[in-house]
Amino acid sequence: MSATAETVQDRKAALKGLGTSRKRVEDARFTQGKGNYVDDIKLPDMLFGDFVRSQHAHARVISIDTSAAMALPGVVAVLTAADLEPLNLHWMPTLAGDKQMVLADGKVLFQGQEVAFVIAEDRYIAADAVDLVQVKYEELPVLVDPFKAELPDAPILREDIADAKEGAHGARRHPNHIFTWEQGDKPGTEAILSEAPVVAEEMVYYHRTHPCPMETCGSVASMDKVNGKLTLWGTFQAPHVVRTVASLLSGIAEHNIRVVSPDIGGGFGNKVGVYPGYVCSIVASIVTGKPVKWVEDRMENLSSTAFARDYWMNGKIAATEDGKILGLWCHTTADHGAFDACADPTKYPAGFMNICTGSYDIPTAYLAVDGIYTNKAPGGVAYRCSFRVTEAAYFIERMIEVLAIKLNMDAAELRAKNFIRKEQFPYQSALGWEYDSGDYHTAWNKALEAVGYKELREEQAKQVEEFKAGNTRKLMGIGLCHFTEIVGAGPVKNCDILGMGMFDSCEIRIHPTGSALARLGTISQGQGHATTFAQILATEIGISADDITIEEGDTDTAPYGLGTYGSRSTPVAGAATAMAGRKIRAKAQMIAAYLLEVHDNDIEWEVDRFVVKGAPERFKTMKEIAFASYTQAIPGVEPGLEAVSYYDPPNMTYPFGAYICVMDIDVDTGVSDVRKFYALDDCGTRINPMIIEGQVHGGLTEALAIAMGQEIAYDELGNIKTGTLMDFFIPTSWETPNYQTDFTETPSPHHPIGAKGVGESPNVGGVPAFSNAINDAFRAFGLTHTHMPHDHWRVWKTANKLGLHG
Amino acid sequence: MITGNFEYHQPSSVPEALALLSDLGDEARVIAGGHSLIPTMKLRLAMPEHLIDLQGIKELKNIDVSNGEVRIGAMTTQAELIGSDELFQAAPIIRETALQIADPQVRYMGTIGGNVANGDPGNDMPAVMQCLDATFLLQGPDGERSVAAREFYEAAYFTARDELEILTEIRFSACEGGYSYGKQKRKIGDYATAAAAVLLTKGADGSCTAASIALTNLADTPLYCADASSHLQSNGVSEDSIASAVASAMEQIEPVDDNRGPAEFKKHAAAIILTSTIRQAWARA
Repeated sequence: MSATAETVQDRKAALKGLGTSRKRVEDARFTQGKGNYVDDIKLPDMLFGDFVRSQHAHARVISIDTSAAMALPGVVAVLTAADLEPLNLHWMPTLAGDKQMVLADGKVLFQGQEVAFVIAEDRYIAADAVDLVQVKYEELPVLVDPFKAELPDAPILREDIADAKEGAHGARRHPNHIFTWEQGDKPGTEAILSEAPVVAEEMVYYHRTHPCPMETCGSVASMDKVNGKLTLWGTFQAPHVVRTVASLLSGIAEHNIRVVSPDIGGGFGNKVGVYPGYVCSIVASIVTGKPVKWVEDRMENLSSTAFARDYWMNGKIAATEDGKILGLWCHTTADHGAFDACADPTKYPAGFMNICTGSYDIPTAYLAVDGIYTNKAPGGVAYRCSFRVTEAAYFIERMIEVLAIKLNMDAAELRAKNFIRKEQFPYQSALGWEYDSGDYHTAWNKALEAVGYKELREEQAKQVEEFKAGNTRKLMGIGLCHFTEIVGAGPVKNCDILGMGMFDSCEIRIHPTGSALARLGTISQGQGHATTFAQILATEIGISADDITIEEGDTDTAPYGLGTYGSRSTPVAGAATAMAGRKIRAKAQMIAAYLLEVHDNDIEWEVDRFVVKGAPERFKTMKEIAFASYTQAIPGVEPGLEAVSYYDPPNMTYPFGAYICVMDIDVDTGVSDVRKFYALDDCGTRINPMIIEGQVHGGLTEALAIAMGQEIAYDELGNIKTGTLMDFFIPTSWETPNYQTDFTETPSPHHPIGAKGVGESPNVGGVPAFSNAINDAFRAFGLTHTHMPHDHWRVWKTANKLGLHG
Repeated sequence: MITGNFEYHQPSSVPEALALLSDLGDEARVIAGGHSLIPTMKLRLAMPEHLIDLQGIKELKNIDVSNGEVRIGAMTTQAELIGSDELFQAAPIIRETALQIADPQVRYMGTIGGNVANGDPGNDMPAVMQCLDATFLLQGPDGERSVAAREFYEAAYFTARDELEILTEIRFSACEGGYSYGKQKRKIGDYATAAAAVLLTKGADGSCTAASIALTNLADTPLYCADASSHLQSNGVSEDSIASAVASAMEQIEPVDDNRGPAEFKKHAAAIILTSTIRQAWARA
């Protein structure tokens, strides 16, 4: 018996399926510099495009003189809005129901905005020609503060829609106002706030930052005028949607457009949207009849492509005197920049900000979000998070701390007191979500125990005494965070992007010799899809992950899908993969029964084969079945072994985690040092623990960056102050602390394999943990809240205001 | 991020480089490691028509320590400074400083000559050179001259070097005693928020027999702090004298607001950094 058991285990291990720390198959090429990115694409006669950009944040364009640029040898064309207008391509729709200028149409609205597109024989000539385009501007008053957008003297930014009383998301009350989005029970929440024994209030600002992927955005468009086909390679997180949009915009039939996302060097939300560069490269290729490449540089990426966050979240939280939360109120002022180019599902103009009740059982809540135009770059994308979930998690995890201060209560205890209990799942939140599963208390207690929370608090109290006695200039902060994510968008009934339901897909072909090819509607930007999707499939169909090729990103071959962002690949495309695998297995069962000369019901699945019940020596492996499906005439069964699944998720998934950060802070220099970071993640079923750990490390490091220094800052004239990597903080290995990872495993009840997604959790949970540590360090000295980023001078300023510098 | 057009020249000797510089005049720039000039050119803030690259001049790449005198060729890279044990014996503050400049990739290209000659107040080596009381050797059409590091810096990017001269060598006396270069920065690769170079010598009786203090990025030039230095030398090193010396040095600084923080913060941080740097140098003395 034991020999048989061992064999089953061995066979299972050979599959390298679910739960295996399989090495990433992508890394062989990436570590050898053999990836193939957009800028690696070289086509015969390819031309290069480059942008003339506005140095002003708000100005009227008086004239554009392209003659000197056109006179430069090697310059093929210079496009302006006037050239795009006859094609109706001088403006383009955004994913948020707004429209955006492709090239400046009469005025510019942010520094770095695209004004003209130079096309030349090489990128060096193009750069020289950019300098030769003469643009005459008349400067206009600049609006950078969203709280001043509706003052009587505020300049009107969007003259094109100044009179529109209705926007894509309802009524507009001012030309600089985009939308108001309300969720929950306003009168009920206000009543609780007025009656509750304790109400804590705070303005929590989540500053503007940028995903800043290592590879910037770019595209290569190639219009074949002979066969009428357009091929577009680009840095697209959603290639199929780009194809549909390109077809709608250009009038080229969708079957004549092929969109390819090659290897992508990180996306983090920055590559979800459609950019003027993509449109211009397409138009330029149509105009010139030659392939045209556009690739932005780092400064262009930081200053003109999609930013993230920039939410001013005014919160009120009501509780009993012993710390039971009664209600939550939040009003957010959302700075969207010059165009509303958020990448959210259509019905959610503030994304899933209404997950802001977090991990807590809050009976009544109200959320309102006001979207505002300012003279800044457009965007508002989900930077390594599901739509606005990082903002929501930061908000509630700061409000919990603020409430703990008001109650003079331990913040860990306050959390535990208010967690949604295990038996409450599925849990209906006050702001409209149905949390699928969770076990917060178990995770929380495990985390507190792992770090020695009680001892840390004792040490912290001692250190405060030492500080007050003048024996040290360092303080210690303990940053707590228990976050709940909402990912895997999403159910088609309420989630769409530009009308496209947010399903995803997988198509599987089993080859005669028993290896397989699976294609998905998603696209990896570093997540390791080729590794993990093969593992899901290996477990489902009993073929080793090593014998399964995963392909994504070519719309001519891959099935339609909504792409990769918002931690949706595993919850949605991963589910499609499992479901397609089950279709394969169902057909394989019929074939196996025929081959074994028994009834379908008399055989059962065992790792990699169908076995006759009660006769384990009689079986057919998937490999044998695959061969038979192509070589034998099986009555009532079509030849071949293929399946396709389009998966419409019944619900979102709700990964969660407990993070604790211990920070040492020098109050004189403002320098802080992460002593310990413990991260417990529960992402449901774990597909590849090694990849999960890598995702957590990466996400935490981006969270560190955001919390401790990374920002897109503007001066009062709308000049971007942090437009290079000198000032825009990207941590190196030197700044990155050691992370201690851990997990619990609470499967999603509605996902075929119980997986929830993990790529973004560490950013969602990491930012509050780092920020709470800084805030917590100063709690003993009277601090309630200080804004991120917590760079040296701001931490110093906090200490200074508290009188800690004598 | 693409430079304008330029002609590239790679002379193989100093006279050849000087001749090119004289012939090409205002439109030419000398390039050493290029880590300041190339980014400036990519931003098109500088658009020289000619670049005279000194990398081909072998005589500018050397470290020589003899008879208590150190000579470093201008084209010696930061990585070579770090790697030289001979130099570490003679002036350990150089390695300590070079290790705090940028990152290894930059240090393989960046040179000491470029670092001191550019006149960027953010560069670290100028203050160290003032601390060491180094002399810069300049060669020009009229021959050779030397200028003390303490006299070299006039304003940001303005130095005593004439446009037709090339800084070819750095000389200073080997130093004894304690040393420290303390630097606060936001991250690897950043310029200093505040930095201090300190050399202190301790006599047999515990007195301070020599002191030298200089500061980085706290004004539009590096700052040699003569009064603070002599205060320590006259009064010995104690917590009180350190406080007075730091207070004296702080009177010299004129930091400006930037993304590293407002001037008031920098003043505070500078005092903290200088204090800890003096303490460390004295502990090593």
